[in-house]
Amino acid sequence: MRFPYDTAYADSRRLLRFTGQKLSYGALLLLLCAAPFVLPRFYVGELTYLFIFCLASLGLMVLTGYTGLVSLGHAAFVGIGAYTHAWLLGHGVPLFISLALAATASGIMGVVIGVPAIRISGLYLAIVTLAFSVLVEHAMGRWVSVTGGFSGLSVPAPEVFGVSLGGPKAFYFLCLACLILVLLGLINLTRTRPGRALVGVRDSEAAARSLGIHVAGYKVLAFKLSAAICGLAGGLMAHQTRFLTPEAFSMMLSMQLLLAVVIGGLGSLRGAILGAIVISLLPTAISHLKPLLSARLAGQSGLEVFMFGLVLTAFVLFEPKGINGRWLKVKAFFEYFPLYRRDTFRRTKAYMRSERYK
Amino acid sequence: MSAPLLTVEHLSVSFGGVKAVDDVSFQVGSGEIFAIIGPNGAGKTSIFNLVTRVFEAGGGRVTMRGKDITRVPRNDIVRFGIARTFQNIELFEGASVLDNLLLGRHRFPTGNLLQQIFYTPRVRHAEDAARDRAEDIIALLDLAPHRNSPVAGLPYGVRKVVEIGRALAAEPELLLLDEPASGLNPEETRDLAFWIEDIKKDMGITVVMVEHDMSLVAETADRVMVMNMGRVLTTGTPQQVQSHPEVVAAYLGA
Repeated sequence: MRFPYDTAYADSRRLLRFTGQKLSYGALLLLLCAAPFVLPRFYVGELTYLFIFCLASLGLMVLTGYTGLVSLGHAAFVGIGAYTHAWLLGHGVPLFISLALAATASGIMGVVIGVPAIRISGLYLAIVTLAFSVLVEHAMGRWVSVTGGFSGLSVPAPEVFGVSLGGPKAFYFLCLACLILVLLGLINLTRTRPGRALVGVRDSEAAARSLGIHVAGYKVLAFKLSAAICGLAGGLMAHQTRFLTPEAFSMMLSMQLLLAVVIGGLGSLRGAILGAIVISLLPTAISHLKPLLSARLAGQSGLEVFMFGLVLTAFVLFEPKGINGRWLKVKAFFEYFPLYRRDTFRRTKAYMRSERYK
Repeated sequence: MSAPLLTVEHLSVSFGGVKAVDDVSFQVGSGEIFAIIGPNGAGKTSIFNLVTRVFEAGGGRVTMRGKDITRVPRNDIVRFGIARTFQNIELFEGASVLDNLLLGRHRFPTGNLLQQIFYTPRVRHAEDAARDRAEDIIALLDLAPHRNSPVAGLPYGVRKVVEIGRALAAEPELLLLDEPASGLNPEETRDLAFWIEDIKKDMGITVVMVEHDMSLVAETADRVMVMNMGRVLTTGTPQQVQSHPEVVAAYLGA
């Protein structure tokens, strides 16, 4: 049994408190740094894609997990980031400035969608964001002079001061660094005033307002941040795919992102990462499983979509708190070993919710 | 009564044809405990919602320390030193007790967004100062065993107390408690009576509460206002109003 004994406020805000945590996260970082030198090239590419997908998933988590606003159109923000980055690179803008501008452009589009969307929530917001992503996808297809239309746009290789970052190893580390930086920034955000305010807006708008939280302002902030992070992911994805077509940013990507945050566990950054890992590895896992299935089953089209649906259904039914929720339970079981109670994680009934007002 | 802190003049609001609050006027003095009682539907909670700008007033004026707050935006009310609790508990369910209390301190800035993202020393100091205040409230309200528990899993009585703590964290001058004792057992209600006394005496906060539990009202309130059908029946000490013939009629329907 482990009992955290705080002697200063600084104790509870240390990210890695216990020796076990330091060892395991250190080992993880070491493994990730060693991976590109050990693994075959294909898996390095897969891991790089995983990092980019984690970034986008973190972006959506800010909006959906922390602020409680559902978006079915985040692929659009990834796409805007990708095309902006490719276009700027093509016009000779240096890599990091271009990445920053791609994130900014996406963030501005986030505000453009966020400002009218703050008045609606739930299903209506999902529909508005969905419509937005369909619009953006069409714009990418039709605006041939900038995007190259459906015939595609090739992306220049990443290069900093004449040093190419286009090799699989260099690009792997670029993506890993971006992911770690964004993750640390979000950890800081969620444990300080603005992060708490986002949770406040999610859980009770009435109480949030009475405490002086500018609800509309924080909703727009969530849209802005979320879109900017997805824009950054888009910029990196442009290099990963090397060739941009509008289909890459269709509803399928939006769905995968939403699945990742729901399966991972809404309201936790760890959940965004874990969910992204499961969702991005699922297609590979299915293709490995296919030879084991009967020919008729393996030959079915839509097996992937079916598996996505099955996994989502299973989580909604059996573990609504997602992988992160399960992780916390397993952790609690070992921490309190002989004394673990299942009821620790049971929620009390919400009393008289019918009388709530906004 | 000392200098008035909150002044309500000719306040009215109607929904459809129903006059929920009809020409209500009263004053709350600084350092007072003021109770509003009345049968269901008398308009007690509506007055809270009018003062905190949840509803748009149909007429009348509300002033806090002489400043007109009748048309102030809803999220600026706390800046005038007014914090409230809700009848049906509006806590941040997904957050821990500590985070709920820290959210109560939202009106005190801790730096800009960029500083928060980089978690600069300035932000860290501000967070520690906020934590200090939150710990004071945890000590006052005996919430230490629940400090890091998510609110969603706590018993009803504790949730009520957390909500009072969150309002206190905003360091208000005026605390509006909407049925603080509803759903509490007699023991918890006695604790609550002590806490309300402490809030008034030690923290110097003026308390206005809507309450049905007459034992709590009689024990803590300095003055009581009785309402029925949106109107004020009478105002006086708890003993005075309990023997007032109109009050007896409103409660017993005689």
